[in-house]
Amino acid sequence: MKILVCMKQVPQKDAPLKLNESGTWIREDVSYEVNEPDAYALEEALRQKEKHGGEVVVITAGPARSQQVLREALAKGADRAIHLEDPAFVGLDAINTARAFAAAIKDEKFDLIFTGLQSDDYGYAQTGVILAELLGWPHATIIMQIEKADGGIRVKRELEAGYFQFVDMPLPAVLTIQSGINKLRYATLIGIKQAKNKPLRKVALAEVQDALSPNLLKLERLYVPQKTKNTEVLQGSAGEIAKKLTEKLRNEVRVL
Amino acid sequence: MATTTAAPKAKIPGGSFLLQERPTSEVFTPEDFDEQHRLIAQTADDFATNEVLPVADRLEHKDWALTRELLKKTADLGLTSVDIPEEYGGAEMDKVSSCILADHMAKYAGFAVSWGGHTGIGTLPIVFFGTEAQKKKYLPRLANGEMIGAYALSEASAGSDALNCRARAQLSPDGKHYVLNGEKMWITNAGFADLFTVFAKVDGEKFTAFLVERTFPGFAIGAEEHKMGIRGSSTCPLILNDCHVPVENLLGEIGKGHVIAFNILNIGRYKLGAMCVGGARTSLDNAISYAKQRKAFGKSIAEFGLIQEKLADMATEIFVGESIVYRTVGMMDVALGEVDKAGANALGEVRKAIEEYAVECSVLKVWGSEMLDHVVDEMVQIYGGYGFVEEYPAERAYRDARVNRIFEGTNEINRLIITGWLLKRAMTGQLPLLPAIKKLMDEVLAGPSLGDGLEGPLAAERTLVANAKKLALFAAGAASQKYMQALVDQQEIMGALADMIMEVYAMESAVLRAQKMLERNGEAASGLAVAMAQVYLAHGMEKIEAAGRKVIAAIAEGDMLRTQMAILRRLGKHEPVNTVALRRQIANRVIESGKYVTA
Repeated sequence: MKILVCMKQVPQKDAPLKLNESGTWIREDVSYEVNEPDAYALEEALRQKEKHGGEVVVITAGPARSQQVLREALAKGADRAIHLEDPAFVGLDAINTARAFAAAIKDEKFDLIFTGLQSDDYGYAQTGVILAELLGWPHATIIMQIEKADGGIRVKRELEAGYFQFVDMPLPAVLTIQSGINKLRYATLIGIKQAKNKPLRKVALAEVQDALSPNLLKLERLYVPQKTKNTEVLQGSAGEIAKKLTEKLRNEVRVL
Repeated sequence: MATTTAAPKAKIPGGSFLLQERPTSEVFTPEDFDEQHRLIAQTADDFATNEVLPVADRLEHKDWALTRELLKKTADLGLTSVDIPEEYGGAEMDKVSSCILADHMAKYAGFAVSWGGHTGIGTLPIVFFGTEAQKKKYLPRLANGEMIGAYALSEASAGSDALNCRARAQLSPDGKHYVLNGEKMWITNAGFADLFTVFAKVDGEKFTAFLVERTFPGFAIGAEEHKMGIRGSSTCPLILNDCHVPVENLLGEIGKGHVIAFNILNIGRYKLGAMCVGGARTSLDNAISYAKQRKAFGKSIAEFGLIQEKLADMATEIFVGESIVYRTVGMMDVALGEVDKAGANALGEVRKAIEEYAVECSVLKVWGSEMLDHVVDEMVQIYGGYGFVEEYPAERAYRDARVNRIFEGTNEINRLIITGWLLKRAMTGQLPLLPAIKKLMDEVLAGPSLGDGLEGPLAAERTLVANAKKLALFAAGAASQKYMQALVDQQEIMGALADMIMEVYAMESAVLRAQKMLERNGEAASGLAVAMAQVYLAHGMEKIEAAGRKVIAAIAEGDMLRTQMAILRRLGKHEPVNTVALRRQIANRVIESGKYVTA
């Protein structure tokens, strides 16, 4: 099986975030890491390759620094990498990111494309789904398990309230992978050493520009919500208080 | 980011830091790590955090099956074979990578010692001194974790003077075995190791190394020691009772055991420095999170000046520790890069390239272990009462740190090595120390260098480093003039000179690293590094001056004493920096980040 894994570099989870000068996004001088669901997508791809053979290719779109996620993936066992390298990919809307990916892989033939369920920074959960639409492939989201089946695959999707759905799909297909579905591997020293010599293809923005339309996403303002505290004493009999409290918890705080 | 300076390429003579100035381009720093280095750090960090720390309590209770399991896991990741050649199943990487591993594996000392003992002194004797057959037989199994290694040099009555050992070896009448008798003490990993490099005297005279398998007849392990710290590592005596060792397991040459013993310790020393830095970083990170959440007088104690001062000092010392560790191994890698790997005496050349930096390695060991002790001491203090009880990490860190000043050559022995090795090089003319001292003595009355032409935020610090070198040279010169060759018998003076030399190396490495960051990233992005260099220099200079006074007071009296003290004062003259403000700045940054950072 030939699998493409779409990966993204996002700000580290515990990094203290500071707003940039225009107040539209965070400052660049923050630590970055691999988007968590993408790490599970890569792990799943590597496991599929170990089971069925084939090739794992990783792709990302972002500035020079984002090459780190590709090197890490290569060190963990991916075979080659594609880097859409340009700072303009930061903050690009989901449809154009998907278009850029589709354009960059137009000469490739993958059986499966994995993306993480969503990114830890913008959190759209759209890029994978749109990519499937652009390619004219079927897709399934929130994937927890993938089994090879006759003429395609059988996948397990996570639904709400502990329910799962099993879907039989033909190949090629796009799957968005849920976090925590497997145990992530560490990059081995040999893997790290070998990663240096694995092919990494760079794609400039100009090469995919024709496929893109204007970025429809514009962040007007980003701000840290103000913390407020409000104390209210409920009056009445115990029964009345309980009733009022339930109402408030249901309608105002919405935790019930 | 513009790369104005790259990783160094030219070979630098060991010990030359005392005499020469280095441009930043010739100094390797953690900011020069490449992608491979960063990935290794990440694997080690993740492994120590996810696999080791969660089971630390079980390891503290000597669950050696678990230790073996973890060692096997490190082997599967290649973390046991960074120094083993590829042809014997190793990953064979540069010494910077090797140090990064040691640094980042050192989050829990108990396991770090087991792992370090196996990969370092347990494995390296064969890497450097083994025959082809010995390497083929043992290295792949040590690399893949099937066998665990240990090193048996010390005895109950022979520690620092290991050559004085009592263990004996006698060739059997049929010439097939050496029969070993004696006892070895303080053997790391002994409780579960499979292969031991054991030192014994052939015919009671010729100090020699042997590769002894646990299963050889006549080999036994004594009871576990009850230790102050690193309880998660095994330390037992070995008992050799007519232990039969096949002749092909003699390591190196008969009577040349000392070459192995001293080389291996020297090679291990720089890694110990790296591990101390890693341990200190973990302790600081714990201390920061505790200080942030602990409330007193209505605010978090991280807001108090006296706590901030501690956090700032801890961060600064880690910064300096990283600077000396990676500067040293960076130099080693350049020197090793010049070795012809296909040459007939390639391994000898490799050993020589590492030995070249014996002084620097000893500095890392002594400075690193004393730095770690200071960091864990402050950590206990920040935790207050909670620092004194076992439920919190400070108590264990405090106990675990202490042994670093004792093993792999005591800090006293290493101080003697630092000064003694430099003097020896000076006497043999390998290092132009004597001309430098003479030149200094001639110009000393001209007063301290004023740092002509130096500019930038660290100009004053660079001048300070130049004067610190002069102070060290002046004290060394005055002491050698007084005692000549007999200086080696004046241990207190040798020790004080070593303190001056260490501080010179630490101060200069910190300034060069901060300067390199300045050149690369600009002033705005390097404020923290500059502040840490400034704080450290103020501290280092105090230590150098105190040691200088001690030396001068011991060797001169009357007018001579007054003259030399005047010179000392003149060389040490500098305007103090506001370390209160600088420490607040450093503390605020690490508190805000919630962990040790350099920018």
